[in-house]
Amino acid sequence: MANASTSRLSPVFHELLKGGEKGLVVYVTAGDPSLEATGEILRAIDHGGADVIELGVPFSDPLADGPVIQRASERALKGGATLRKVIARLPAWRAGVGAPIVLFSYYNPILQYGLDAFARDARRAGVDGVLAVDLTPEEADPYLQAVRTQELDPVFLAAPTSTDDRLKRAAEASSGFLYLVSRTGVTGERDELATTLAPLVQRARRQTSLPLAVGFGISNPRQVRAVQQLADAAVVGSAVVHAVETRYSSGGARAIGDFVRWLKHGTGSEPA
Amino acid sequence: MSSTPLTAGTHRVPGKWPNANGRFGEFGGRFVPETLMGPVEQLERAYEQARCDANFQAELKRLLKDFAGRPTPLYHARRLSARLGGAQIFLKREDLLHTGAHKINNCLGQGLLAQRMGKARLIAETGAGQHGVATATVAALLGLECCVYMGEEDMTRQAPNVFRMRLLGAQVIPVSSGSKTLKDAINEGMRDWVTNVGNTHYLMGSVLGPHPYPMMVRDFHRVIGQEARGQVLELAGRLPDYLFACVGGGSNSIGLFYDFIPDREVKMVGVEAGGRSLRLGDHAARFAGGKPGVLHGTYTYVLQNEDGLIAATHSISAGLDYPAVGPEHALLHQSGRVEYTQASDAEALEAARELSRTEGIIPALESAHALAEVIRRASTLSREAIILVNLSGRGDKDLGIFQSAGIL
Repeated sequence: MANASTSRLSPVFHELLKGGEKGLVVYVTAGDPSLEATGEILRAIDHGGADVIELGVPFSDPLADGPVIQRASERALKGGATLRKVIARLPAWRAGVGAPIVLFSYYNPILQYGLDAFARDARRAGVDGVLAVDLTPEEADPYLQAVRTQELDPVFLAAPTSTDDRLKRAAEASSGFLYLVSRTGVTGERDELATTLAPLVQRARRQTSLPLAVGFGISNPRQVRAVQQLADAAVVGSAVVHAVETRYSSGGARAIGDFVRWLKHGTGSEPA
Repeated sequence: MSSTPLTAGTHRVPGKWPNANGRFGEFGGRFVPETLMGPVEQLERAYEQARCDANFQAELKRLLKDFAGRPTPLYHARRLSARLGGAQIFLKREDLLHTGAHKINNCLGQGLLAQRMGKARLIAETGAGQHGVATATVAALLGLECCVYMGEEDMTRQAPNVFRMRLLGAQVIPVSSGSKTLKDAINEGMRDWVTNVGNTHYLMGSVLGPHPYPMMVRDFHRVIGQEARGQVLELAGRLPDYLFACVGGGSNSIGLFYDFIPDREVKMVGVEAGGRSLRLGDHAARFAGGKPGVLHGTYTYVLQNEDGLIAATHSISAGLDYPAVGPEHALLHQSGRVEYTQASDAEALEAARELSRTEGIIPALESAHALAEVIRRASTLSREAIILVNLSGRGDKDLGIFQSAGIL
């Protein structure tokens, strides 16, 4: 029952599985560098080949994020991005975007929006899944009820520090997919994949049949491929946000699309 | 002082909170990224074991006495009382503790706990620097590595404490994100913890954060109220009419209040930072301008805007300059057991000057907020009335602020 998804997430993973393929999940911060830019950046990411898009809602105190996403949040907040404005603009942004969208937020903005109103408005705006980074299943009952009532997929995190019991609990509370944190630490690019990843994926596999997406520290095609060997999808966040920071002003949304295409298909060095 | 202070409160259980989920009524709980849930659960288990371990308690008691200087005196401020012309004012002299504030009570407790858990590294946030100094001190005492996060603005305004931490061997890491104050230092501390969970204990300095911190930090500061209760009974022959304490995160206040909670005749007043004005952004009075929300792992009163973004705060005292308050205070506010009010920057400065000149005691600007409320109220009370104030820290660290405020 908990895993009954009516959003676009399950069909996407189902299709991938059927074709023997693995997915690419791309994170980007809404409102960075401006609310106006986000629509075309989302379309570029979609056309670049993202299978799922995680849309980050900027927060004043992003304590799970490293410097790249912290800076993006600051830029977005300076430009006036809030959860309310993101949801209000989503129907327009979403037009022409085929990939499912997962809203990725800290819990307090959702709480202040009102859990039921948030779930209703997010659903109407075309959101498929929601992830609150500082909310674990044991505190999530009212949130889960609101989100499931609207047939949104709640996605929870599991980490290398999660016991098997906690992994199971996170999987049971999630639908669409389970998000595995590849390493202890904040978001951000790393040179090497964590050695803790393979055991975590194996433990998660024993607890759930949900698709497993792995994020934190994945920033190039080599790492994407390595993660896809182990799990169902790789999540790239900070590297894409960094591309927005360094490439958007000169290359526009097309440059972000090229970057995603490189992550998806590329083998060599970054696109110019 | 006789050696009775602990007996007054030892067998009393003042409240039933928190429950097994770490909730104080509806407040509290655990709102952290999944990576921290394992370590937080480990901490909860370790604390439960330590709490019931006579050896742990004996070691803590020994250090509180021989190293930190407990019990602290309860001092009858006769000249201040006479000058205000009302209630008799007693000061609980936590400022006389080693490192200059109440913070050492909690740091000794958590330091010993970290050692039990085999964590070789302590990290902490600090606002005024008192908690950072106390953590650095305990790290030196126990031979642990220490890293303290401090907002850049706070490093400037509390510079002497930065030097003390460094002399004690701690690494002080400037935090330049956000408002560059306590809130941002906690963000950085959490980021460090989530990265280094294996060997690191986050030594949180107030009754904030995810369960078990609000309960555990309160328990380590209960000794303040336990001593004070025994002392006032001995000195005055009865319980006080009022307790006053400043409330930043709320550790010194909950420490004083907790064992008096069942004494319904004792009124309690918590004093928040009123800052420049009560406009959002100009103060840190959570019960005046905040509403329930989640920050740094706990559900409590938070200063925030309508979008749930955390508001900037201001206070002349770095230790009170924080947008959330301990969840147990949120419950005590809701139940009405504690009255919360606020004192402005100017009132705190004036109160600090008043105590310095009348009693020869220079208070920390944090504690001066509690004194400011006492100064407002004492004259409205009879000369038989008894007021007990937690003088939570000494003011040496604030000389630069006194100077730039033009009161020297």
